[in-house]
Amino acid sequence: MREAAVVSQSNPLQRIPGVAIVLVLLIAVFGAIAPGFLSVANLSNVLVQSTILTMLALPMTLIIMTEGLDLSMGAVLTLTSLCVAIVSLATKSMLLGLGAGLLVGAAFGTVNGWLVAILGIPPFVATLGTLGMAQGLSLIVSDGQSVVGIPHSVRDIYSATLLGVPVPIVMALASYAAFHGLLYHTRFGTYIFALGGNREALRYAGLSPNRLLIAVYAIGGAMAGIAGLLMTARMNSGHPTAGLGLEFDAIAAVAVGGTSFERGNGWLLGTLLGVLSVGVLRNGLNLISLPSSVQVASVGVLVIVALFLDGLRSRA
Amino acid sequence: MTDISKDAIAPPRSFLSQDAIQVFYRLLAALLICAVLAVLSDSFLSLGNILNVLRQASLTFFIASGLTLVVLTAGLDLSVGANVALSACIAGTVIHKTGSPALGILTGLACGGIVGLLNGVMVTALRIPSFIATYGMLWVLNGLTYWYMAGETLHDFPAGFRQIGSGYLFGLPIPVYLLLVFLGIGTLFAQRTIWGQEIYAIGANPVAARLSGIPVARRLLLVYAVSGTMAGLASIIFLSRLNSAEADIGESLTLPAIAAVLIGGTSLFGGVGTVFGTFIGALILTLVLNGMNLLSVSANWQPLVTGIIVILAVWLDMKTRRRAQ
Repeated sequence: MREAAVVSQSNPLQRIPGVAIVLVLLIAVFGAIAPGFLSVANLSNVLVQSTILTMLALPMTLIIMTEGLDLSMGAVLTLTSLCVAIVSLATKSMLLGLGAGLLVGAAFGTVNGWLVAILGIPPFVATLGTLGMAQGLSLIVSDGQSVVGIPHSVRDIYSATLLGVPVPIVMALASYAAFHGLLYHTRFGTYIFALGGNREALRYAGLSPNRLLIAVYAIGGAMAGIAGLLMTARMNSGHPTAGLGLEFDAIAAVAVGGTSFERGNGWLLGTLLGVLSVGVLRNGLNLISLPSSVQVASVGVLVIVALFLDGLRSRA
Repeated sequence: MTDISKDAIAPPRSFLSQDAIQVFYRLLAALLICAVLAVLSDSFLSLGNILNVLRQASLTFFIASGLTLVVLTAGLDLSVGANVALSACIAGTVIHKTGSPALGILTGLACGGIVGLLNGVMVTALRIPSFIATYGMLWVLNGLTYWYMAGETLHDFPAGFRQIGSGYLFGLPIPVYLLLVFLGIGTLFAQRTIWGQEIYAIGANPVAARLSGIPVARRLLLVYAVSGTMAGLASIIFLSRLNSAEADIGESLTLPAIAAVLIGGTSLFGGVGTVFGTFIGALILTLVLNGMNLLSVSANWQPLVTGIIVILAVWLDMKTRRRAQ
């Protein structure tokens, strides 16, 4: 475990260049070719739009650190967003809506963790199965239709400000602080490093790797629940395909941010920079009026390049 | 200790007969589902419905058969559905522009094959884990297809071309004949050729395979290219049956194809499974979805049920194998 801690402290310094260079390059390129990219209004727009992705990418970092993966996150976000919409519509209460989203998200995360840890099903297949389940449940609870007419208290979350800072950004920063504290300053965080790097050590230390693993996936589901509230607020409705493919942006952010898929070391600040890279890329392509399809394809290329570079580094 | 002695006493079990038993169980399951559906629904046993099931199963099988080879090497190809969509749209455009179905078919197959080859390059040369590489490919292909189609739909293909997917020969749908052909080719290739056996060996133990002189990278390239080409073939059948091509036709195809492979008894961990098993898997999945349809369950339930089936299939497979060891 001491080894894991040393890895976590030394590697980030070597990694700062990688993702930071990507981000600076993207900003420089779009600043040069995309009109209005560097305006304050647009940059704050990029930040606000990156908040939902931040909520997914932070727990995705922990999951990937355990040599796992959660392909169901986008579909679970869709389902929790619908739950928030339906429950807040029925009860007129934003908090009850959030509670429903959190509950459903955490339940899905727990099922993911259970399938991976207890049944031993490879994570990408287990979460592919729950992706289908969440997608199906979204269609069933919404009957394939948008849920509209949700209370103002939900919508206002996306547009409100706290001391001049938009509330979504406050929520994203608070999440980052919580995850940073959890990963680097608690025993649980050290165990997460060990889950990926040295699972045997946990067993010798008398801990249950299975329970820890379930907790990691459950946190991911719960965060998808909170992100579901933001999604519903942003769209001012619940929609059965709202989160389609968002898990891929999250995986992209984590991969670009320098967290390795195979060696159990992760870097949360890198993930945050990765989220911003994905956000800048999508926003910039949007400004030079390339359709969202090209944005999707370019994020795909970004992931493959990042993984290729990661592979080169690990062999070097 | 006890395990070793038990193995020494037990008679050697041949690999194929173990597979045959697995396939037999699955055939029984398919028959059981048929019996239940025949009781629950009057229209299940009608000729029209049975032919419909076979045609539907053949579409899933084309995608799933190539995927079986990939899974046999302990890999996964998540891009097959998106590959079908891109290949169908490109093949459709070529048919419209040139008026030649043959040229369109060739382009569709080539497009699928090239995408598969790129997957293979990412897995072998760039050493990206297959499920991540092909997942990235999924979104690249999705983006390309939506960009290429720009919301358009292609339709009105030549009548002769439409026969491939919707025509009949001696009372059976043409895709069913294609299914039998590819079932035969796939089974012969996997069980009776050296390349096929090498694919099993790579999945069972990649290190041993490399040390015994199997060109692992080249066989993997082949496997991903075959999976892509079969997706290309499926795109042609889809195109001619639907008589239209849209950017979103691939979105609901990947999960059923993976489900068919896993229900068919091919292990995610590589080295175990058969193409025939995948055919039974495609049949079982189609029967379940067809049954839900006959019992007027909304199509909205299909992804939920398919997801549950995927997880159940993997879990059952792991359980039986653990017991067998």
